[in-house]
Amino acid sequence: MYVELNSILNSTPDTFTQGEFILVSDRRSDASFLIHHFLSFYLRARCRVCFLGLVQSFSHYSAVSQRLGVSLTQAKEKGQLIFFEGLKESLSVLVPRDANGASPAINFLRDPSVGLRSLYEFVRSSLSSFNSREKAADGAEEWGPPVLLVDDLSVLLSLGVSVGAALDFSHYCSATVCSQLQGNMVMLVRCDGEEEEEDEGSDRLLKGLTHQCSLSLHVEGLPTGYCRDIHGQVEVCWRKRRGEGLHTQKKLFQYKVHDKGASFFARGTSSTVL
Amino acid sequence: MILKYFLSEGVVCRHELFVATAQDDPDDILQELPAPILDDVAIHKPLEQPLLSCEPSNSLDAMKIAWRYQNLPKVQSALASSSRFGHYYDVSKTMEPEIRQAAKCHRFYLPEHPTLSSPTHSPVLESYSALLKSLQDIIHKEGFDVAAPMSRPRNILRIGLHSLGSALWGDDLTCHDNPAHRHALTTFLYGLRALLRSSLAVAVVTVSSHLIQDRALMGSITRLCDNAIALESFKGSERETNPLYKDYHGLLHVRQVPHLNCLASQLPDHKDLAFKLKRKQFTIERLHLPPDLSETVSRVSRGEQAGAAAVASACGSGTSGNKHLDF
Repeated sequence: MYVELNSILNSTPDTFTQGEFILVSDRRSDASFLIHHFLSFYLRARCRVCFLGLVQSFSHYSAVSQRLGVSLTQAKEKGQLIFFEGLKESLSVLVPRDANGASPAINFLRDPSVGLRSLYEFVRSSLSSFNSREKAADGAEEWGPPVLLVDDLSVLLSLGVSVGAALDFSHYCSATVCSQLQGNMVMLVRCDGEEEEEDEGSDRLLKGLTHQCSLSLHVEGLPTGYCRDIHGQVEVCWRKRRGEGLHTQKKLFQYKVHDKGASFFARGTSSTVL
Repeated sequence: MILKYFLSEGVVCRHELFVATAQDDPDDILQELPAPILDDVAIHKPLEQPLLSCEPSNSLDAMKIAWRYQNLPKVQSALASSSRFGHYYDVSKTMEPEIRQAAKCHRFYLPEHPTLSSPTHSPVLESYSALLKSLQDIIHKEGFDVAAPMSRPRNILRIGLHSLGSALWGDDLTCHDNPAHRHALTTFLYGLRALLRSSLAVAVVTVSSHLIQDRALMGSITRLCDNAIALESFKGSERETNPLYKDYHGLLHVRQVPHLNCLASQLPDHKDLAFKLKRKQFTIERLHLPPDLSETVSRVSRGEQAGAAAVASACGSGTSGNKHLDF
């Protein structure tokens, strides 16, 4: 959890807006450090978290979270965290060894044209089961609202899933998690090309998701080129619906990632420059 | 070339090797590995160090004009490493068969594997499927699994996959603009990533990216890997005759740096790297602008001189005068 980012977003583990869809995106950069922030933030806020880790192993997230002061293994044991390890599950589809198959959530790998319905069912059943368990047992812990984290959505496009299916998936998830269960959702989308190339898959996905989200953080490299001490810039955009219209507010920050966190500062105020 | 260095390092460090190719027999590649230089430590001397100040005589004087550069270290064109990591090889000689045979090599030669029809609609091609299966079998059998019991001494498997994405593997990424098997290579790379994350193995994959027209596809391929470098050769391009690049054979771009199990990655100091293939060695050096010792003041490359002439002639000197300062 990065303290400066909390003050930029005006949220703390004790007070944060519910029902938010936060879109984290990057263009030719790497915004995964923000996913680690949100993971440790919501675990500290005692929320029930469902994490779809599609690009890294569990031990990677665990090692980084350890440095940020949160133990994923403990959270999993307590039942606070449900972790879906995409890489491990995919092997049972791509290199089938024995008869017992993989989790049905990874079915889209067998036939991408089918879409992501089974993955959505997995998310829905994981987060809804928190509800029933909480009410049933007396000694169960009181957890906060449910949270869905996805790292990252654009890898599904590389595996053959269509943009439409990915947009449907995020729409269904936001309807369930944000509107129905009053929880939060954070998704990471990674793009590569220039902004003018409109037909590219992940750009279309990004555009579609930007319309659905209520807060977006877009990470890019510095427009002036590569710099070792300033890793890039983050554009934070709040999209609030007020009455009939949509009110957006944008702010731009620069950031630097270091071993135990990331620091954010206004443009031009990096400590190496001053 | 880089694949050969990777495999040779594996032989010298006594790791096990796995080589997969579609066209040349893996044994041919293994026979062409460069010989290691097994003598004593060769101290890597940094080459000439150009000064950044305006006074060429005494570099110890405080800089007066370029004072911002005072705190920067002197430019070193050769990438000096603080400790000796790895071994050096002599490209002009091939490795002795005795040394090579001491290392256990597994091979996968595509023509030897009959293509089986796969019942699923998975986007992976049969050739890639067979390769993944073969890799997983070796990893399980030889005990490279992280989860395997620690009964036998652990070693590392170095995997070299040659020319993926080419038509030789049955893939049409390099042939068409809109390939039918668009996701075959990316799905294979996802599976390979999953295999590597759960085993003691390292893989180097070579892809002919200049044939893949779709830049978004190259982007997805790069993101599925941990480390990505691109070698851009000067041969056949207009840069071959550019005096700036005359010492080198091409540029080396670092596209992605890994950050496994940690938040921050080890970013390189400078990103302008160039490579050259000398008779005995393949070297990578920092590309820096040499001091301009010629009479011409302008440093524009030949391709841009047409534009520069249009701007420079505003002083009224005319057509051919853009090389010297005319008063």
